[in-house]
Amino acid sequence: MLRIENLSAFYGEAQVLRDVSLQVSAGEVVTLVGRNGAGKSTLLRCVMGLHPGQRGTVELDGRDIGRLPAHKRARLGLGWVPDDRGSYATLTVTENLTLPPTVGPDPWSLQRVYDAFPALYTRRDSAATMLSGGEQQMLALARVLRMGARLLLCDEPTEGLSPLLVQQVGDLLREAKQHGVTVLLVEQNLHFATGVADRHYLLAEGRVAEAMDNSEVRSRERELLAYLGI
Amino acid sequence: MSGFAQNTFNGLVSGAFYALLALGLAVIFGMLRVVNFAHGAFYMLGAFGAYVLLTEAGVPFWAALVIMPVGLGLLGMALERAVIHRLTKLDPLYNFLLTFGLTLILQDLVKLRYGVQSSPYATPSGLSGTVNFGLFDFPTYRVFILGFAVLLCVAVWWVLTRTRIGMVVRASTERPDLTRAFGIDVGRWVTPVFGFGIGLAGLAGVLAAPMRAVNPLMGADLIIVVFAVVVIGGLGSIFGSVAAGFGIGLVQAWGEAYLSHFPIVSQTIVFIVMAGVLLWRPAGLFGREEAPA
Repeated sequence: MLRIENLSAFYGEAQVLRDVSLQVSAGEVVTLVGRNGAGKSTLLRCVMGLHPGQRGTVELDGRDIGRLPAHKRARLGLGWVPDDRGSYATLTVTENLTLPPTVGPDPWSLQRVYDAFPALYTRRDSAATMLSGGEQQMLALARVLRMGARLLLCDEPTEGLSPLLVQQVGDLLREAKQHGVTVLLVEQNLHFATGVADRHYLLAEGRVAEAMDNSEVRSRERELLAYLGI
Repeated sequence: MSGFAQNTFNGLVSGAFYALLALGLAVIFGMLRVVNFAHGAFYMLGAFGAYVLLTEAGVPFWAALVIMPVGLGLLGMALERAVIHRLTKLDPLYNFLLTFGLTLILQDLVKLRYGVQSSPYATPSGLSGTVNFGLFDFPTYRVFILGFAVLLCVAVWWVLTRTRIGMVVRASTERPDLTRAFGIDVGRWVTPVFGFGIGLAGLAGVLAAPMRAVNPLMGADLIIVVFAVVVIGGLGSIFGSVAAGFGIGLVQAWGEAYLSHFPIVSQTIVFIVMAGVLLWRPAGLFGREEAPA
């Protein structure tokens, strides 16, 4: 579904991604793990079309989207879940959910979102930034599900969440996967990653250092945690 | 008591002009990150256009009230496409140079043709005379301005908070990149929003024509106070600009009435208030601190 070929990205003179190539098949959940500064978030931003300095190929369903502006990529079915959760202070919770147009074949209705997240329903007319961190994360995920996005780009959705909420994020991603949604996930929590994902890419200094499956990550957990510095 | 009511009323009327101009500046700044120093010139063009339409073509006030905002809004959109949009990638200094340069060009073009003397514009038919609400005789035209400006501000507020267009404008103003990532072509909204802001300035100009001297520099005098209003309300804050507009109108009117023995204070009171607000809240009364990029 998503194919990245020889992708390089720059911040001014500094090169943060070096010839990254990877693929995500339809219906897969794939994580990017790596130290801070390894280029994981930049990679997601490149796929979304939010990083100006990039070179290489980004293909969605065999179509080169590398030159498309972000809003056109979103309309092809990309769902953006940013690391800061992307809550708008000047929009209510309901407006945060309904801002993006629906782009996929199977969008969640607002009703379904509110049934799944009663906390969002009770705060539906509040400014989204008045929600707790966990609620804002649920809002960010609910928003791309309501879009009906086919490929979710999630930047550390479990960061700073309580174990209970981490579990809820996991349930949500598993449910989305069951409905055929594809997910590319930046994640530091290896336990969470092996629980939801099919495969993993380890990024180091802007390159894909290794591709691993779940059993490999589990068997090397101690080594990987030490490497990631967690 | 009737003196106080009269001062308050006059303050609200000047405040209405500040509010309309500051509102346009706020939506333009929010969407484009451009501070439009040419805003006063478009206000002047609104008034001058109404004057020229009346004296040279016999077009009455009510028609000018529609023609000038729409015409200037279209001119604004053309300017945005031609030059203003180039500012987004440049140093903010160019923002000042371009929009201030536009001001000088527009002012001098009008001077070239009509000179610098002020021209009178008759109060539109049906709005001459006064109305009495009990306290004193209010000039009908000023009552009309106040009501019209308040209605307009409420309408803009309604569009911004209750419609999908308003939601898109708010989202694009707050987080342009994020909004693009949610499938919204932010760039498509930039030109109409700029045109709308300019149209509001033109409208304020038409409204000013019958009660203020119509001359090429009328905008330059006003815009300095309007910038103080925008800073006090919080640059980019829609509500702040309107509230501060009316507030500063009041402060100025009361200052002139009750501090006339202290001309140093009464003539600079707007800037004293601005300095105080900046010390207390550097982002303005209703502004939000810009998040670090």
